[in-house]
Amino acid sequence: MQKILYVDPEKCSGCRICESVCSLYHEKVCNPTRGRIHIVKWETSGLYVPIVCQQCETPLCEVVCPLHAIKRDEKTGAMLIDYDLCVGCKLCMMFCPFGGINLDARTRRVLKCNLCDGEPLCVKFCEPKALQYLDATTINLRKRRTAAEKFSDLMKKMLAVV
Amino acid sequence: MVWKRSIAYINLTTGKIVAKPIPKKVRQLYLGGRGIDMYLLYNHVKPEVDPLSSENVLFVGTGLLCGIPALGSGRCDIAAKSPITGGVGDSNVGGFFAPELRWAGFDHLVISGNAEKPVYLWINDGSIEIRDADHLWGKDTFETQDMIRDDKGDEEVKCLVIGVAGENLVRFANVRTGMKNSAGRTGMGCVMGSKNLKAIAARGTMDIEFSHPDELLDYCKEMNDMIMETRWAKAQSRWGTLIIYSNTNTTGLVRTRNFQLNRLEEGEDLEPENMDRYTIGMSGCYGCSVHCRHRYVLREGPYAPIFAEGPEYTSLGAFGTMVDCKKMETVLVANHLVNKYGLDTLEIGGLIAWTMELYEKGIIDEKDTAGLKLEWGNEEALFELIRQIAHRKGFGNLLADGFKTAIAKIGKGSEYYAIQIKGLSSLHSDERPTPSLALNIATATRGADHLRSRPAIDLYGLPEEMLEEIYGAPVSSDYTSYEGKSRMVRWQELLYAVTDSIGVCKFQTVFCAVHAPKWEEFAKLIQLTTGMEFTKAQLMEVGERIYTVERMFNLREGFSRKDDTLPERYFKEPTPIGLPIAKGKKIDKDRFEKMLDEYYALHGWDENGFPRKETLERLGLDKEPSSMV
Repeated sequence: MQKILYVDPEKCSGCRICESVCSLYHEKVCNPTRGRIHIVKWETSGLYVPIVCQQCETPLCEVVCPLHAIKRDEKTGAMLIDYDLCVGCKLCMMFCPFGGINLDARTRRVLKCNLCDGEPLCVKFCEPKALQYLDATTINLRKRRTAAEKFSDLMKKMLAVV
Repeated sequence: MVWKRSIAYINLTTGKIVAKPIPKKVRQLYLGGRGIDMYLLYNHVKPEVDPLSSENVLFVGTGLLCGIPALGSGRCDIAAKSPITGGVGDSNVGGFFAPELRWAGFDHLVISGNAEKPVYLWINDGSIEIRDADHLWGKDTFETQDMIRDDKGDEEVKCLVIGVAGENLVRFANVRTGMKNSAGRTGMGCVMGSKNLKAIAARGTMDIEFSHPDELLDYCKEMNDMIMETRWAKAQSRWGTLIIYSNTNTTGLVRTRNFQLNRLEEGEDLEPENMDRYTIGMSGCYGCSVHCRHRYVLREGPYAPIFAEGPEYTSLGAFGTMVDCKKMETVLVANHLVNKYGLDTLEIGGLIAWTMELYEKGIIDEKDTAGLKLEWGNEEALFELIRQIAHRKGFGNLLADGFKTAIAKIGKGSEYYAIQIKGLSSLHSDERPTPSLALNIATATRGADHLRSRPAIDLYGLPEEMLEEIYGAPVSSDYTSYEGKSRMVRWQELLYAVTDSIGVCKFQTVFCAVHAPKWEEFAKLIQLTTGMEFTKAQLMEVGERIYTVERMFNLREGFSRKDDTLPERYFKEPTPIGLPIAKGKKIDKDRFEKMLDEYYALHGWDENGFPRKETLERLGLDKEPSSMV
């Protein structure tokens, strides 16, 4: 089953290791502006949200690309850019609702996450587990359990009142 | 390549800015960060200059490994002649500024002269501008960073800033970045204030290139795993440095009521578990897997709402044990206040605790303090005094110049109660039961300072074979013993000097964790990032060189063996309470002096603490100042 890069901002410590690892692995330099993942921070309220391509099921980047240069990798499910076709029009970047596509200020190429061909390195390095690579069933179950816990707390309170 | 990166010389008087590459020779001798800063300090600051005059020079340096995704590699070193001690001024800070400065194109800054009116430096992709900072003057450290980010319209701008304490030339004002990170010690914020330099802002999109990026990635993962496997890092991830309190307070290694007790009775509220009431999550510096900082919210009470980060073990002592405040909330409010104003938490805590003891002893009274009731545990007086010090108002103005001046002004035997060395306050740890830790604070080049050489693992009672393997000769595993402890202190000195120079976090080396990265791992990281080869012995020699340059700076300013000592009380008053191992302990003067002799001998220094000629030649320091950069 194809896995999903699952982001849990509540666990993010803001250390930016993912950004550094991403640019080191893909561009062979340390430079977060050339990475595919970025932690957006509201420093003065202590909120950190890693932003990365969601590999959408109906990807707008694919739809708007006039050269059909963005296609899904059947193995990993990642949307990949074919740089032989890409003309650098940046429409994918403009239409992406998540900011999942980054413009490399040096090379002026668009960059996006390719899930490191099925072994995302950011996940491997993320100690607080704010980034995980999971199959969809696991994510569903986890989300449902978290929701159920809230209900269960509520029920316990109600029972206590009775 | 990393070692070719730039150093910028910025003269605030003339506005002249020159950038040059850093020669490889300088890297080989001093690496980067603190190492290069200490070399620059010795070379660029002339003897006996007034630390607050335009002749003092401020140095900002990024660590050699800065940027790698491991070991908290975002460390920045800030140095100048210290306005508190008159000796080495140096403070190392984490956070996110150092990598941003590197992405903006610079590794080291040499800031000389004084600006006529408030300015800040704007550093962006290879260029440096001196900008007007009139609108930032008077703003606190959080507002200042927000306003600079707003000016630039860029949330990613990272700043080193001073608060009102730095503007008002409080001698222990610090330099801050982000919500929590502070280059706290030796008054570097005061030096910035004296130069009318409100902030240094950086933003960059330039590459940091490494020699072997692929191997480096693999090795970084190995390093992060290595540190995370230690129990220390696991505890830090959950409790931060507050975890130390559980141990030290139980044992009786915490100074309470300034220096009267060595344990805080009924101090349960300060136990790290109680931070859960306020914590919304942990936070990490750049490149750190451990994330030891609490993000906390104070929702209720007269000072709410507060969102802040911390507090460290140090603040727990400064605003908890030393002043006998037993409430976590007091610590959280005071921590926020000092961060807002830009004050060194440790220095201010030590000073306030001292004045509280003077007040108790009747050496000062309400007439001296203009009505402030400096009674133990009086949190309102604590907060008020913090405000007064930051603004140089009332009694606070007397304390704002630090221990040396305050002792001279108050007189009446107040010096005896001051827990300071070379003018710098000591941490709230009580070193009377632990000779190794006592030697550490007595000899540190910054003054009473635990971070120069603390052999914290001495407290673990490790097997002596293991200690011998680490330190290279027999060392007693009993922390109340004097045997081999000079060797421990020197070894840690060299390790921390290199740690601060490659720009990784001390907590991710052999500080509190035994099986943590050290010489061999550092050598490999340097090889993978820069291609420069070092053996363990060569790297230790670099540490020795850095420490000796610091020593030479202090000697040139008139320091010598007479200053490498402890407050008198360490020799006179035994610890009154604690577990049997810690109770009834004081430092034996003769054995302390013997330990100091051994320590000098290990360094190749003479009996007065001056490096011998052959030591200087061996380290290549016989022709200083050599003005290579």
